[in-house]
Amino acid sequence: MESVGATVKLDLAQTTVREVNHFLQHELGKEPAGAVEILNPAGAHNIAVGLDAPVEVHIRGHAGYYVAGMNKRATVTIHGNAGKGVAENIMSGVVRVKGDASDGIGASGQGGLLVVEGNAASRCGISMKGCDIVVGGNVGHVSGFMAQAGHLVVCGDAGAGLGDSLYEAVIYVRGRTHGLGADAREEPLTDTDRVTLAELLSAAGFDYDPEAFTRIGSARTLYHWNTEHREAYG
Amino acid sequence: MCGIVGLLVKKHEHREKLGEWMTPMFTCMAARGSDSGGMAIFGESLGQRERRFSLFARDRGYDWEDLKASLLRRLDGNSRETARMDTRANHAVLVSSIEPATLRSWLKDTAPSLHVLSVGQVIDLYKDMGDPKEIAVRYRFAGMAGSHCVGHTRMATESDVTPVHAHPFTAGEDFCLVHNGSLSNPYMLRRTLEKRGIVFETDNDTEAACRFIEWRLAQRDTLANALHHAFRHLDGFYTLLMATADQMTLVRDQFACKPAVVAETDDYVAISSEFRSLAHLPDISKAHTFEPEPEEIYSWKVSAPR
Repeated sequence: MESVGATVKLDLAQTTVREVNHFLQHELGKEPAGAVEILNPAGAHNIAVGLDAPVEVHIRGHAGYYVAGMNKRATVTIHGNAGKGVAENIMSGVVRVKGDASDGIGASGQGGLLVVEGNAASRCGISMKGCDIVVGGNVGHVSGFMAQAGHLVVCGDAGAGLGDSLYEAVIYVRGRTHGLGADAREEPLTDTDRVTLAELLSAAGFDYDPEAFTRIGSARTLYHWNTEHREAYG
Repeated sequence: MCGIVGLLVKKHEHREKLGEWMTPMFTCMAARGSDSGGMAIFGESLGQRERRFSLFARDRGYDWEDLKASLLRRLDGNSRETARMDTRANHAVLVSSIEPATLRSWLKDTAPSLHVLSVGQVIDLYKDMGDPKEIAVRYRFAGMAGSHCVGHTRMATESDVTPVHAHPFTAGEDFCLVHNGSLSNPYMLRRTLEKRGIVFETDNDTEAACRFIEWRLAQRDTLANALHHAFRHLDGFYTLLMATADQMTLVRDQFACKPAVVAETDDYVAISSEFRSLAHLPDISKAHTFEPEPEEIYSWKVSAPR
């Protein structure tokens, strides 16, 4: 590990993910917060998971599964693509993917902001519980599945089954939606939506007009077991 | 969980590099499947007269010399027939002009313990139980040359762990398939195919997919049409990677929950379950890298004429 000014450089060609994560989780809070550079990620899984410090982490290259999972307070930027489950269960802070991301990103996220500048694959924001996700490109099928709270902003197109079994999370789509999932419906944009969208787009660094987005919300017909519909449950 | 890997080199001068580039891809994916592993390599075509037969013996100490002697006796006095054999541990590639059905039946009588893993003008196939890293060393994958290859690291979730249950599976000639996922209706597919006289070697779900697609090809479907049939008739989860003499083809099912990453440069197309097994490839940072969409057919042709 090499310290250049306030920047700490960790090279995954020279050390292990376990050692890097131990440093990020246990050593960082002890010193004044600076930036951390992680070099040669080479698609390794679980990089920079479980952070709980107001630090800036830059991953220089493609990361594997679960990068920045469970993130709290840290700002993690992946300068490349990211695998499945980026920022899964994010609590707070910001995780940004400069390239594309795989499926299941931001799963169960409770707070914080996840930005993907490229496309995200299927099941984006599955079961999210209060985090915000902004995707610059498209999202794959069944995105926002069972999403409970928070906002999913899609600047491109959305795949089939968008917002299936949606609870109280709200989805905004700028492009085309290839079919809504069960219990998801289009709703008119409210003034609150316009403010939320403007804030999220600004935080994510995208210059789009909130008016260009369609709001998808829950029709709330699947909340409760209904004996009148028992035939439908098979 | 299983790992799948595929590599097609676009320039003739890189054919010597195929094994060197592929082996770290394969051994890295041992993390996704460590009970068995296998690789199919598509090398130089033999031309019409001869075929390559990949043979496998369960016994690591199998006496190939004995088989060679029997073959020589079989050929004695017949100047039109050829046969030669290259052995690697308990695998052998037999090159012969003897008609495939005749040779299969002769092998069944002469060496009943042997399995014929593949037949074709181009394909060689190695597969076995155990740690894929050891398999790569045992069969010297790093030194192999060719235009393209597909490999598999298996973590069995259905059917037995034996060398013949390992992937790649083959059917017909110069066709092989590897699979990450699980099918729900392999027995239904199997019953349909068995009624048409198609014979299965194992009870593995992937073999059903492999024989189904090859059956469609034998019905003169294009590979694309065969795969559209597969989308309709295969029930379950799958990322399938297939190879024929001159192409490599990748599909994912409609759910696309089994992973795949493609990295393409001017020199190669590399496919793996996970990006990390591609990270060592030359110029990987400049590669066009993407995940295949559900039920889209991705095919790459071997460019140089054979």
